[in-house]
Amino acid sequence: MTDEIDVAELLPKMVAELLEHCKLSGMENPVMVGIHTGGAWVARELHALLGWTTELGELNIDFYRDDFAQIGMHAQASPSRIPFSVEDRDIVLVDDVLFTGRTTRAALNEIFDYGRPRSVTLVVLIDRGGRELPIQADIVGKHVTVRATEQVKLTGPKPLRLTVAAT
Amino acid sequence: MGYRKNIQLTADRKLRHFLTIEGLPRALLVEILDTAETFTSVGNQAVKKVPLLRGKSVVNLFFENSTRTRTTFEVAAKRLSADVINLNISTSATSKGESLLDTLANLESMQCDMFVVRHAESGTAHFIARHVQPHISVLNAGDGRHAHPTQAMLDVFTIRRHFKDFAPLKVAIVGDILHSRVARSEIHALTTLGVNEVRVVGPKTLIPSDIATLGVHVYHDLRKGLNDVDVIIMLRLQQERMDGAFIPSPKEYLRTYGLTDATLSYAKPTAIVMHPGPINRGVEIESSVADGPRSVILEQVTNGIAVRMAIMSMAMGSYSASREGN
Repeated sequence: MTDEIDVAELLPKMVAELLEHCKLSGMENPVMVGIHTGGAWVARELHALLGWTTELGELNIDFYRDDFAQIGMHAQASPSRIPFSVEDRDIVLVDDVLFTGRTTRAALNEIFDYGRPRSVTLVVLIDRGGRELPIQADIVGKHVTVRATEQVKLTGPKPLRLTVAAT
Repeated sequence: MGYRKNIQLTADRKLRHFLTIEGLPRALLVEILDTAETFTSVGNQAVKKVPLLRGKSVVNLFFENSTRTRTTFEVAAKRLSADVINLNISTSATSKGESLLDTLANLESMQCDMFVVRHAESGTAHFIARHVQPHISVLNAGDGRHAHPTQAMLDVFTIRRHFKDFAPLKVAIVGDILHSRVARSEIHALTTLGVNEVRVVGPKTLIPSDIATLGVHVYHDLRKGLNDVDVIIMLRLQQERMDGAFIPSPKEYLRTYGLTDATLSYAKPTAIVMHPGPINRGVEIESSVADGPRSVILEQVTNGIAVRMAIMSMAMGSYSASREGN
């Protein structure tokens, strides 16, 4: 069975919550970074809706994964691109699906190799539970209960389609 | 197809050792280039390091002098968070009479994971690869006149960053082809990646008579050889390997085969100038060209780091992955 989630419906609510969050946390001029590939697609949409003028960053966390010893390298010709100094900045980190938390852990490590940000806010389109690390998102588009045998998959970039399907 | 198993590949055709470009599939070369592209961003980080090979040990086993290659291998390994041991063989046990295999056995007993080998004899890296334990990867950093595959990969990587597509390109490799392991590896890399035309240009004394069997066009006239090319790769005149009368004199050589502002004009106006280094200024290349706007010689050095990071991590990762699958 395949369920489809309407992404376009989730984005405006996430933008509103994120703006509120930035205001409450006293952020000045936050910057956005999307995790390659799905997170970068979501980040592009959010970034456009927000109308932020600072360039969007992209992280390819492959070199920070914790399963290199198990699965080796995966080639992708898409380097990380952080077109601003992260030093003392408020960073909005965007991913498509939050699951074990391992990708977020890798992304945080990579960001800190670029410098010391003032803060990092985690924004995800979908939180599917199943965390293996003490990591939580600040802004969640939708909480979804997914069986272990099912997979949440985002396809894109245009249009963004989110489906829950048996693996 | 009845091929003997390629020692460079694992059973599932991933990179295990990197000894020569010859016989490697195009898809694997493209995978190396794509992976290297991803690694270029590490150089922009404040902390120029990724934790990929943390806890692994890389031994630089250099039986022959090298500055650039050994240093960029070392920088690459360190950016991957590996530990690096540099062995200068002239001061080591081999000069006390220890055999190569005994040296290797001792290094293996120190639980190393990768050997980067340079040797004046062709075939040394292959020999070592055949005798190491299964978890060790061997990378060839230059063996005799045979191959220098990481140099060739950083050269094609540099070309791809300037031209994107290999198919329409004409590439001229100019100079001392005879003594050049770089030229051999470049020819294999360029033909595997499907460039339009590879030319070798030089005096008869410095071009092997059977080189055309590799699928290249031979020119003895520099003007004709450079006509309409997109990429010029100048080779160093390896005078230290010349024990006969290969050229009349370095000055004469510059006049007939050297790259000067005048001879550069034979190539396309968009052509880039490459050189694997070290350059002999005023012998095969004039300073005004080596330091000029068309030169990408120092880019090649920078690119060498990302390319070597890619090859190291792919070779090391393939063992991890295949072991997990068992």
